[in-house]
Amino acid sequence: MAPSSAKVTWPSLFTALMYAFMYAPIIVLAVYSFNESRYSAGWEGFSLRWYRALFSDRRIFAALQDSLTVAFVAVAISAVLGTLMAIGLARYQFRGKALYRGVSYLPLIIPDIAIAVATLVFLTSVAVPLSLSTVIAAHMVFCLAYIAVVVSSRLQSLDPNLEEAALDLGATPTQAMIKVLVPQLAPGILAGCLLAFVLSMDDLLISSFTAGGGANPLPLEIFSRVRTGVKPDINALSVVLILGSALLSGLAEYVRYRSEKRRRRG
Amino acid sequence: MAPSSPPPKPLPLDTQSAWADRLSPHRWLGPVTMLGPAGVWLLLLLVIPTLLILDISLVPGLRLGQPSGGYGLGNYLQILQPVYLRVMVRSLSFALGTTVLCLLLGFPVAYWIALMAPQRWRNLLLVGFVLPLWTSSLLRAYAWTTILRPTGVLNSVLGLLGLPSQNWLNTPTAVFIGLTYSFLPYMVLILYASLEKLDTRLLEAAADLGATPRQSFWTITVPQTLPGIAAGCLLVFITSLGDFVVPTLLGGASSMNIARLIYNQFLGPTRAWGFGSALSMVLILAVSLAIALLLKYGDRSTLTETSQ
Repeated sequence: MAPSSAKVTWPSLFTALMYAFMYAPIIVLAVYSFNESRYSAGWEGFSLRWYRALFSDRRIFAALQDSLTVAFVAVAISAVLGTLMAIGLARYQFRGKALYRGVSYLPLIIPDIAIAVATLVFLTSVAVPLSLSTVIAAHMVFCLAYIAVVVSSRLQSLDPNLEEAALDLGATPTQAMIKVLVPQLAPGILAGCLLAFVLSMDDLLISSFTAGGGANPLPLEIFSRVRTGVKPDINALSVVLILGSALLSGLAEYVRYRSEKRRRRG
Repeated sequence: MAPSSPPPKPLPLDTQSAWADRLSPHRWLGPVTMLGPAGVWLLLLLVIPTLLILDISLVPGLRLGQPSGGYGLGNYLQILQPVYLRVMVRSLSFALGTTVLCLLLGFPVAYWIALMAPQRWRNLLLVGFVLPLWTSSLLRAYAWTTILRPTGVLNSVLGLLGLPSQNWLNTPTAVFIGLTYSFLPYMVLILYASLEKLDTRLLEAAADLGATPRQSFWTITVPQTLPGIAAGCLLVFITSLGDFVVPTLLGGASSMNIARLIYNQFLGPTRAWGFGSALSMVLILAVSLAIALLLKYGDRSTLTETSQ
């Protein structure tokens, strides 16, 4: 296989083209965020005016704050509930377990719009006023499902003997879980949290249906602006957010790489 | 000693302790504390709400703030009206077209990364390809409006090349481009996982026995990776079937799909919650059907691997 990699073949050319396809929109956004022109048809010179407009835009920052609040609270609670769920599903046998597991996969399968609609109907029927808390409650559903899936796959690759050894040496089951199991699961929990965090920050539909007038997470603010056309300050916002998520994804990949390396070595 | 010896005495005690064991907090405390909170949350905010929209989908003409009538199938029959049937067909064609495009574009990429790229670069190349998934899906769709608009980047490039300009924004073409762009990384990710496991010795053996590359591709590579192909297609199909952002931002008024139609019933002016719930149930049913087909005819292992 090694010699063929040096040759320029049509699959490699095609792949290069596809990489360009994946990155072109992002590069276009980045370039135009520095364009002087409001309608960004052509290049009218380098300018930071859209970044200035962005950083003096209070609405955007309030929306970003709402989104970060939702993501942090939902992910923090889901990290605990999702991890417990994954461990519980791996450890216990009980009647209805298959049903429980099936339900826990639903948030990954059912389209967001259907979950959003169902949540709105439920909240209305129990007369809960829509606010930031209802957004958090709704986000916890998919956050804990994704975290549980990631933690489950990590659980399968663990050595069960370590926990048993801790129990044999006199640790209580709770001690064994917190001191032996959770540290081993940590990379999985962190990877799940990062995934859930990104999904929460990205969610438009579930937030739209559960925020009401009381909250305005960032995707809602962006959506209401861009659906009416091109907004150059949104280009600048994109670049800032892309840098933020690049940082996060870099971190996630680093964590994954580290844990995989350790697993291979061990 | 004799087979006819009486049953051992302590049996009643045994059953008693088994009962005591079953009732003791140690038996159920663990499962309840671990599975209880998440279970309650899923029940309260997922299972009950879904049953609730099933319920109100069966109340014809239900609107917010209006007294409702009895049960009936009116909301579902309304979907069969030509206007709405056209929306259903359009949603399906968006999803199927996107699936085919993602497979055709994604397979060569996954193949190249898994089998032709230098070994030590493979992980990095794969991560590089799926990296755009980490950015906001809303902003990625918005980026395409900048490219596809009449005075956008695409037409500037076409103009420089002396080619006729295209007006793709607010047409189904833009929706296909946007959906394919959004879900191609998922396809590549799943196909890569499948191609990476391909036993290359089979390909070498086939070549030794005189098979042309084309023959070994169709008789070895494709059948061996069929489970991955099926799983990738399923994932792209169900996510693009329920997509809202791309058809809204890139498709304009001509690209109403099921997700947008549902959105309008709840957050638009009509407030026809019963009809919207019926549409949601149809969407859930379509997705479940696709998954059931894969589970029946596909390989289960790839689906669970994929979801992890």
